[in-house]
Amino acid sequence: MQAPIRDPGSAAAFASPGLPGETKPVAHGAPAKLSATNLNFYYGKFQALHGISMEVYEKHVTAFIGPSGCGKSTFLRTLNRMNETVRHSRVEGEIRLDGQNIFDLDVNDVRRRVGMVFQKSNPFPKSIFDNVAYGPRINGFGSRSAIRDCVEQSLRRAALWDEVKDKLHQSAYGLSGGQQQRLCIARALAVNPEVLLLDEPCSALDPIATAKIEDLIFQLKDSCTIVIVTHNMQQAARVADYTGFFLMGRLIEFDSTTVIFKTPSKKETEDYVTGRFG
Amino acid sequence: MSWNRLRRKAVNAAMLTLTAFCTLFAAGTLLFILGYLFVHGARSLSWDFFTKLPAPVGETGGGMANAIVGSAKLLLLAMVLGVPVGFLGGVYLAEFGGPGFCFAVRYTADLLNGVPSIVMGIFVFTLVVLKQHHFSTLAGGVALGIMMIPIAIRSSEEFLRAVPPALREGAMALGASKARAIWTVVIPAAKAGIITGIMLNLARVAGETAPLLFTALSNRFWSRGWSEPTASLPVMIFNYSVAPYEDWHQQAWSAGFVLLSLILAVNIAGRLILSKRGTVLR
Repeated sequence: MQAPIRDPGSAAAFASPGLPGETKPVAHGAPAKLSATNLNFYYGKFQALHGISMEVYEKHVTAFIGPSGCGKSTFLRTLNRMNETVRHSRVEGEIRLDGQNIFDLDVNDVRRRVGMVFQKSNPFPKSIFDNVAYGPRINGFGSRSAIRDCVEQSLRRAALWDEVKDKLHQSAYGLSGGQQQRLCIARALAVNPEVLLLDEPCSALDPIATAKIEDLIFQLKDSCTIVIVTHNMQQAARVADYTGFFLMGRLIEFDSTTVIFKTPSKKETEDYVTGRFG
Repeated sequence: MSWNRLRRKAVNAAMLTLTAFCTLFAAGTLLFILGYLFVHGARSLSWDFFTKLPAPVGETGGGMANAIVGSAKLLLLAMVLGVPVGFLGGVYLAEFGGPGFCFAVRYTADLLNGVPSIVMGIFVFTLVVLKQHHFSTLAGGVALGIMMIPIAIRSSEEFLRAVPPALREGAMALGASKARAIWTVVIPAAKAGIITGIMLNLARVAGETAPLLFTALSNRFWSRGWSEPTASLPVMIFNYSVAPYEDWHQQAWSAGFVLLSLILAVNIAGRLILSKRGTVLR
């Protein structure tokens, strides 16, 4: 963590290869925003995550890749304690957000600080404005005019303002799929989350809408720490600074994206990123 | 044509005729009742019917103003009792209850719904009328309210369950507590359906006669407050149609026509709201 700040985008910054058999250390240029230690997660008797330890670096994009059912979404949903809503689920280990164990914090506070955008866009059956204003309202952010400003700013940050500014009071269901997903991003941004979790945000979108979301991720990482789960390896390679490869509930390898895609240290990672399985 | 094909065609034609006939029979019954009521009821319907008290026995004329107001008061009481209990029970079942407990409550509600309405009347008779020592609007409202509860619970629960879980998650991911998410997102999303369910439920109990015979009884005059017996349209229809006077039969027809029109109007309004909801919530 004391390492000097280096440009995370350049491959040279990640020269450190990492010891074989360990997922750490990773050369990094930023402090850890989130760090998981020995995280186990169970759905009833089924153990979905096995001893995950990793760090998510501040104001960088971290991607999780891996075949279906490998635990990457489960891990993502543990980061904002969304998984606790699942009946009979159980979590062991700890996750620290700025050094504080999230399981000791108020769950609603954690979710406000660690925002989430879901695989399938889920706008509320309300107007575009009310969708974005929802978070500020329930969290009691200021006056009507403050909320109006917040809505505009969030829609601008989600690159949606120009498309919707004339129909803010129409139903959110009138928007296209890609617009709805950006609306959900705007809604998440409106509560000023420190971390934004994206759970396969583009899996239901066409390539143009996908490109817009990816552009957005680039812009957002200046102000936000981003974690994205994706099925699409090209997407991980395009947007992420760091990538973790999950397989059967284990974090097989975690390193800079360049290392994961060019010189992975694990056979499983290499097989997966080169398309030999999965 | 082969024998098989002929036989197939014959069976097809026979079954098609049979199903069509049954459909026509079902729809025709309703149309027949509507038409018959219209012919007999609308004929003697006058302004007096809505504004005057029943005429003294032996005189002709008069109206059923007290029964119309009485029915409205009974339904209001029924709503005050049945809607909160049914709605909040539905919220609990849909959002908080464990599977075992929910199953038990759902099953009980379905059984309660199947209890004959006259039994419900006797139940409230024992519970309220015997305690108070007189028939009352209150007792009638309680009987109708209890009859509303099982359907109110089930319909509220169904409409809340139909709200996609993704909306709950979306709200909770923004820092809303579960209760907050339900109050601000889930219930508004299900609102149209829940209101429709209540309206249809209300329309159903508006026609109930048996539970009122033991509770609200009837009254030939205005019923003041909530503790006097009251007239109501269904009971008036019952009393007037078994009376030996031709004029009363006429009035019973009119009452039936008015009651059915009101129920039909509420039903149609309810279904319109529901079909509009379909376009708002995918």
